[in-house]
Amino acid sequence: MYPIIIAAEAAKDAEKAASFAPFDPWHFPSQIFWLVVLFGTLYIVLSRIILPRIGSTLERRESTIASDLDEAARLNEEAVDAQKAVDVSIAKAHAKARETADKARGKIDKEIATETAKVDAEVDKKLAEAETRISALRADAMQNVEGIAVDAAASVLGKFGSKATDANLKAAVKTALEEG
Amino acid sequence: MNLFFYGAADPMKQFEVQKWFELPPLFGYDISFTNAAGFMLLGVVLCIAFFGYAASRGKIVPNRLQSMGEIGYGFVADMIRGTAGEEGLRFFPFVFTLFFFILFANLIGMSPYAFTTTSHLIVTGLLALLVISIVVVFGLWKNGLKFFGLFAPSLGDMPILGKLVIYAILIPIEVISFIARPLTLSLRLFANMLAGHILLKLFAGFAVTGITAGGIGLVVAPLAFGMGVALNALEFLVAGLQAYVFAILTCVYLNDALHPSH
Repeated sequence: MYPIIIAAEAAKDAEKAASFAPFDPWHFPSQIFWLVVLFGTLYIVLSRIILPRIGSTLERRESTIASDLDEAARLNEEAVDAQKAVDVSIAKAHAKARETADKARGKIDKEIATETAKVDAEVDKKLAEAETRISALRADAMQNVEGIAVDAAASVLGKFGSKATDANLKAAVKTALEEG
Repeated sequence: MNLFFYGAADPMKQFEVQKWFELPPLFGYDISFTNAAGFMLLGVVLCIAFFGYAASRGKIVPNRLQSMGEIGYGFVADMIRGTAGEEGLRFFPFVFTLFFFILFANLIGMSPYAFTTTSHLIVTGLLALLVISIVVVFGLWKNGLKFFGLFAPSLGDMPILGKLVIYAILIPIEVISFIARPLTLSLRLFANMLAGHILLKLFAGFAVTGITAGGIGLVVAPLAFGMGVALNALEFLVAGLQAYVFAILTCVYLNDALHPSH
């Protein structure tokens, strides 16, 4: 039984091999027709509608990126300029501050100098006054010392029983003071 | 024994064209809507849907699907620029349609039970003929008779006798290679898709019959199954590669039409 079936299958197979499906001509017109229709449709839809749109999207993206980069470069330049301006104004402010400080210092120095001079003058004056007074007092004191010495000398001489004139005593005392 | 599988696993069955709808004949020719036309329509619809989405979204910042569509656009544009130069871009819509028509057909064919439209020589042959017709017509229109310089490259300074001898050998070779172009272009795609799908079906069939036969078949079946898996991966590569080869050879031939001097 089997050999018969196998033989039948083989026969069917041989028949099939004779009409190899891709080369079976009955479907050629249909294949050609549908290929032309479908390939043509795909070509028209792609070339008229889809591809130009994708192309314009890509172009738009490219130009957007380029303009964004330009904008970024411009803003960067602006930022650099602004930084420079800030630096300049900071330097100016520094200079002005220094100037003001210098001026103030000069003024204060001057005031200090005048005040010092004034105080010095007063002190000098007071010192001079004090010195005059001291020398006056000293002279006075010296005067007194002379009197006392003359008195003492007169009394000493009186004890010895001799007398001397005032003028002599005074002269002697003076000499003694000057020598001593 | 196992004759049930014998019929189901017939590796040629997948290439059979079956009518889905009868249509009235056009000029006496049967143009019924077949499974071949159906899967071709599916490829075209998917292609339009995919790129239509990318085109209609059109945002400056793309999402993944839009980005994929745009990468496809850039890929084909770069392919043309690389082989045919900037002037080649006038054929951009044609090469783009050709590449993605074939790619979608090949990839849809990788799905089980699907029909592979590119596994029929009538389809690939017509596409190749279209390419060569465009090359010849455009080449003649743009370059006039200089287009035939394609067959006789300039030899520079040489005695006239030497030139004659070289041309006598060279021109027939060039003419034959030009005529062979549509044949090789169509046969390459057709044979690759046909052979790949036959192999896939054969190894899958071995796996099934091996298991049902038992005995040594139980050893063969896993090997055949593993081979089928490996071939499946290879066929995906072939599906992409053959679409690419078809498109890039189209660009090369178009380059000849644009710049006929070698």
